[in-house]
Amino acid sequence: MTMLDKRMTPAEIVGQLSDGMTLGIGGWGPRRKPMALVREILRSDLKDLTVVAYGGADVGMLCAAGKVKKLVFAFVSLDAIPLEPWFRKAREAGQIEVLELDEGMFQWGLKAAAFGLPFLPTRVGLGTDLAELGGLKTVQSPYADGEVLIAMPALKLDAALLHVNRSDWRGNIHAFGPDVYYDEWFARAAAKTYVSCEQLVDRMEDHYPAEAQANIVERAFISGVTEIPGGAHPSSMPPAYGWDMKAFKAYTDAAKEPGNWAEVADRFVASDEQTYLAGFGGVEAVKALPLPIF
Amino acid sequence: MTDVTLAELCIFACSEAFRNNGEVVATGVGPVPRLAASLAKLTHSPELMMTDGEAYLVEQPVPLGPRGYDDRKAAGYLPFSRFFDAAVWTGRRHAMVTPTQIDRFGQINLSQLGGTHQQPKTQMLGVRGFPGNTIYHPNSFFFPSHTSRVFVAGEVDMVSGVGYNPAKRVPGGNYSAVDLRSIVTNLCVMDFGGPDNAIRVVSLHPGVTFAQVQEATGFELIDAVTGETALPDGEALAIIASLDPHNIRGSVIKDNPTIGRAA
Repeated sequence: MTMLDKRMTPAEIVGQLSDGMTLGIGGWGPRRKPMALVREILRSDLKDLTVVAYGGADVGMLCAAGKVKKLVFAFVSLDAIPLEPWFRKAREAGQIEVLELDEGMFQWGLKAAAFGLPFLPTRVGLGTDLAELGGLKTVQSPYADGEVLIAMPALKLDAALLHVNRSDWRGNIHAFGPDVYYDEWFARAAAKTYVSCEQLVDRMEDHYPAEAQANIVERAFISGVTEIPGGAHPSSMPPAYGWDMKAFKAYTDAAKEPGNWAEVADRFVASDEQTYLAGFGGVEAVKALPLPIF
Repeated sequence: MTDVTLAELCIFACSEAFRNNGEVVATGVGPVPRLAASLAKLTHSPELMMTDGEAYLVEQPVPLGPRGYDDRKAAGYLPFSRFFDAAVWTGRRHAMVTPTQIDRFGQINLSQLGGTHQQPKTQMLGVRGFPGNTIYHPNSFFFPSHTSRVFVAGEVDMVSGVGYNPAKRVPGGNYSAVDLRSIVTNLCVMDFGGPDNAIRVVSLHPGVTFAQVQEATGFELIDAVTGETALPDGEALAIIASLDPHNIRGSVIKDNPTIGRAA
């Protein structure tokens, strides 16, 4: 029988992950990142992960802590701070394997995985160094045009992590904000998807029946939910709160001085979520962070 | 008479790249390209589409810098979650960007410098959307500092965007939409109008010589100079000022030099 009550603690969610897994992380750069779940991974002894992400500080922190064996990425950036400092350090130390992709190829690979296809064809990547560096093969159209295309391999995920605005215990999620990026496709590409949310409600239909269009992916794709208000900090979670550029700056500065993750992990990860948030003024301060202006 | 800065001259020159583009999304990344796309929309090319820099399509270009979060007035919706479906992979876009390197083939690099792919000497952003942009829709470039470190000899360290290099073209691929348009720098305006899409200098900014541009470039340029780059007129300057009330454009080019006076 399917377990319909999908409530879990963050530690239970991370307990479902194992060394060597391929892990997708939703969001985009410094936006809508399931940072509290990432911090829970950083508190665990999980290792050798293949991380698949439109990267921000999630990638930077996991690289800095030595959790990443391989990274699948198109960029890693904090937007206003264009170069993610800890990712940069890991790359320049030759510490991680990479598969570098175009942003569009990346979502194409998630879609191939979602549909159970080995690959999807695309023009993207031709004429660049991506195919050679990534070992990407080509296919030829079997029709009269005979066009040669890159075969973008499926990015199959063992698990995906998302942070959404609300969920009920069955995994009926709502995601708001102007853009939900490719969260839906991370969920569909993954064997299991675990979601943290700003607000956990009992039965979604009793609370927010008029907002069902915010259900960006169906509950069949959600395996676990946990309520973590402020759980995207320091990334943004519109409309609830903006990113914490001060925190990103401190995190960026720390990559220079002291430059050693072990010395600053206490501040940027902490022993538990409440202690972490207290270091940044508590959850009320997070919820008061203004939305970014582009 | 109004003083014109070099940055304003560049914005005006960049805005020409968006003329007669039709109903496409004009994306300017960085202050000068973004102001250029906005200026184009507010003057000669109202048919252009553009976003607020986040997820909504606007008909009134959004000014740079701090303002009220909801000051934008959305007329449409184009989030990243449908950007490839709608704008990039359908070719309905023209992007103007600033890569870290560009070579004589128009190949661009935003990913890494030196070293190897496993261990680059300098890691930058990653290729982002450059591979898709360059094979699907027109692209132009703005460089605030024209040097041979940007306009490199040989080829760029990591080819992140498709250029006109025949050796890079996998046979049988469709490159028909590769369309590199304009390069504007702090010295001149260039295009890809030479033989086999070779890069030509088509106008020089006031006081700049072709020899100076060649000296600052790591490969041979074609001299197709037809004159001086046009100064923006008073109307254009007023629009630029209204779109950039915090004068962010003043920080783009070193020392923010004044270049002349507009009538």
